[in-house]
Amino acid sequence: MSTLTPSQPLSRRFARTRSGWRRWPLASAAGAALAVALVLLPLVFVIVQAQQSGWGEVRRLLFRHEVAVLLWNTVRLGLACTVACAVLGVGAAWCVERTAIPMRRLWAVLLVLPLGIPDFVVGFGWVSIDHSLHGYWAAVLVMTLSLYPLVYLPAATALANVDAGLEEAARSLGLGRWRTFWRVTMRQIRLAVLGGCLLVTLALLAEYGAFEITQYRTFTVEIFTEFQLGFDAVAACVLSLVLVALCVAALLGELLLGGAPRGWRSGTGVARPVSRVPLGRLTVPVLAALTALCAAALGVPLYALVYWMARGSSTTLPSASILGALAHTAEFSAAAAVLATALAIPLTTLSIRHRNRLTLLIERVAYLPMALPGLVVALGLVSFSVRYALSLYQSALELIVAYAILFLPLAVVAVRAAMVQAPARLEEVGRSLGRGPLSAWMRITLPLIAPGLRAAFALVFISSATELTATLLLHPTGVNTLATQFWAYTSDFSYGAAAPYAAVMVAISAVPVYLLSRRMTPRAGARRA
Amino acid sequence: MSSLLVEGLVKGYGKRPVLEGVDLEVPAGSLTAVLGLSGCGKTTLLRVIAGFERAQRGRVALGERTLDDGHSYLPPEQRGIGYVPQEGALFPHMTVEANVGFGLSRRERRGGTVAELLEMVGIAGLAGRLPHQLSGGEQQRVALARALARRPDALLLDEPFSSLDATLRNHVREEVHALLRAQGVTTVLVTHDQEEALSLADVVAVLRDGSIVQQGAPAELYESPADERLASFLGAVNVIPADFAPGAAVTPLGTLALRAERAPPAHAAGAVVVRPEQLEVRPREGGDQPGLHGRVEQCRYYGHDALLEIRPETPGATELLLARVLGQHALPAGTEVTVAARGPVTALA
Repeated sequence: MSTLTPSQPLSRRFARTRSGWRRWPLASAAGAALAVALVLLPLVFVIVQAQQSGWGEVRRLLFRHEVAVLLWNTVRLGLACTVACAVLGVGAAWCVERTAIPMRRLWAVLLVLPLGIPDFVVGFGWVSIDHSLHGYWAAVLVMTLSLYPLVYLPAATALANVDAGLEEAARSLGLGRWRTFWRVTMRQIRLAVLGGCLLVTLALLAEYGAFEITQYRTFTVEIFTEFQLGFDAVAACVLSLVLVALCVAALLGELLLGGAPRGWRSGTGVARPVSRVPLGRLTVPVLAALTALCAAALGVPLYALVYWMARGSSTTLPSASILGALAHTAEFSAAAAVLATALAIPLTTLSIRHRNRLTLLIERVAYLPMALPGLVVALGLVSFSVRYALSLYQSALELIVAYAILFLPLAVVAVRAAMVQAPARLEEVGRSLGRGPLSAWMRITLPLIAPGLRAAFALVFISSATELTATLLLHPTGVNTLATQFWAYTSDFSYGAAAPYAAVMVAISAVPVYLLSRRMTPRAGARRA
Repeated sequence: MSSLLVEGLVKGYGKRPVLEGVDLEVPAGSLTAVLGLSGCGKTTLLRVIAGFERAQRGRVALGERTLDDGHSYLPPEQRGIGYVPQEGALFPHMTVEANVGFGLSRRERRGGTVAELLEMVGIAGLAGRLPHQLSGGEQQRVALARALARRPDALLLDEPFSSLDATLRNHVREEVHALLRAQGVTTVLVTHDQEEALSLADVVAVLRDGSIVQQGAPAELYESPADERLASFLGAVNVIPADFAPGAAVTPLGTLALRAERAPPAHAAGAVVVRPEQLEVRPREGGDQPGLHGRVEQCRYYGHDALLEIRPETPGATELLLARVLGQHALPAGTEVTVAARGPVTALA
């Protein structure tokens, strides 16, 4: 039965002809190319605008005493806030996850909720109650209270998943509880904490609203002022480059400190419950500290909103315009969420199903906006539209594109998690059962990634709805969103009129944050049940 | 029913060649096993036949139709080839019924075809379940029913039993075998398990380093392997030095007949392949019995049979001999034995 013909020797070079590009599905390649172009566009045009008047001008604008002051302001704020967030975040996470604290589930939710309040609303809350609050320490206070959940969340998750065996081994080797924490526990959660700290630093560099309210000048505030009030696009773009450099420095700093992904995982043994430290006499002080933290981060802003709304209702409550602003916000945010989610599909398809160096690079580029402040994205888009597409300038489309670029990383993260659950194999089986490529995708892959698409939509929607900085620069003239209307009233010190807008924004973002914290705790709790 | 033909197939990823000129002929209605170690390109071969990957050179044909000739190519949905991937790959969001009916038209789905298919693979009661509620064996059956639903001209099975545990595996394997026999569909089964290939297939093709080293009936491969590597891949083996005479090999185990199918070696000396079950082992009871003298060094007892490692006493013979005897004839270590061989044997090229 052997019908063997001798196999011919074949040139190995031949294998190359049909690799790389040609194996990518055309639609995914086109979508990914569009996403990359959109992400890089603002950065490119910030640079183009900055060197418009020549590099000499750039140098003159950069090497000023004023810039040194801004740099110092930004760096000292960044350091203080990041350290404070790390201490608060890890400390609170340890108390909740590793001690026998009363009402654990409640604390787990309360400590995350400040994430649902936009930073500028926290600033508004504090400053509207105490007008004397301004300057460095006010900025540190407001930003720390707003951002510590970015460390708390990953730290709590990591602490809940810590391998109890390692700690027990350390104790049996003669280390005390404190040294065990530093030498074993901290090492296990270090990457999570560092990742959180990076997010804090990037958020600080991008923040405008809270610093404007607390009258503290950072780069972002200065850039905004130069552009919006000084009409000096060149100076704004030059300073933006410094801001981007600071973001890159933060990213590199995290890498240097060991944040690079490293396969450090112990065996896949059965997860054993970690022991809970009884607090004993410390119960009351710990409870008091957590209560104070929640009161400051959650209580004060919410109290301020309620207070000003109660005051405002007696004077002017423009309910009609709030509905209008809400409608615009929803419209822009939903469009941006659809766009970002749609772009995330080809990006993740390529990086998961057609994994090679180029597609991995493309995926990294998609994460770039994490390090791009909203202000820089907005400036870049303005600079682009003024040159090449004037009709786009301050159009709804431009704002929507800005949101989509800014929050593309969120969409990619969410869709990626789902795409992993929808292997190409399934689609291939569908093809072998007689379905064309599109039909197989619609009937198999789409239903499987639907939960990820919903999550991506929700994340981008919420982030867009509470975005302030880019919105202020890009919103169509005469069209107000919740954020811009809130800002307009706050700038006039019409706190009573501003408060309802903030309340609606808090309501929009608080629900998913609440769900997020809930989803985390039962899992952690169930492991110990 | 059509025969499947693969000629000079070349396929690589990037700079890495995987298949370097594969020739494979699958007779219509037969079950052909492609046997190879993991990473030898078995799955790639199936993926090219199914149409998920394109050939770089060569030809794939089903009956009269050319599916891929390195230039033009027929997409998978137009090939009429059923595919059962590893671990089934059921659509996780669909019930068993929807999975099986996926490739059918609406009319066929309503017409009770799905129920018939489920009946055929013996899981009629599970139509409403979701894949994660099924055992591994049940998932395999659903995948098979799904692939057979469109009455494909050929069926490809990619390591279909490897995810099942040992006891279940034999059971499912036999059932699937009987089913495929009854359907008479041209089938290619890919596996790394030589026992599975030998016991299930009509034809076994061994894939190694990107090409087929030998293709033939299971017994032909087992008894007359093309080379020593293949011989030991297919089962335990003794390679015995031999001097060749016309039609016979003179070995320390005696003069053994050479298989006629294989051309006699041109050179005067070489080696022959002797399977452990070709050795006859008897305890030595004094006197001068014919055959090779030796001593049992170790006895691996498996119940139904036993594998003896025998150290020959003949000066010059250093290799251990492996002999398979029935379980009830197992001999303890230290037993003095005589060993004889039953021919015919195959000379190694």
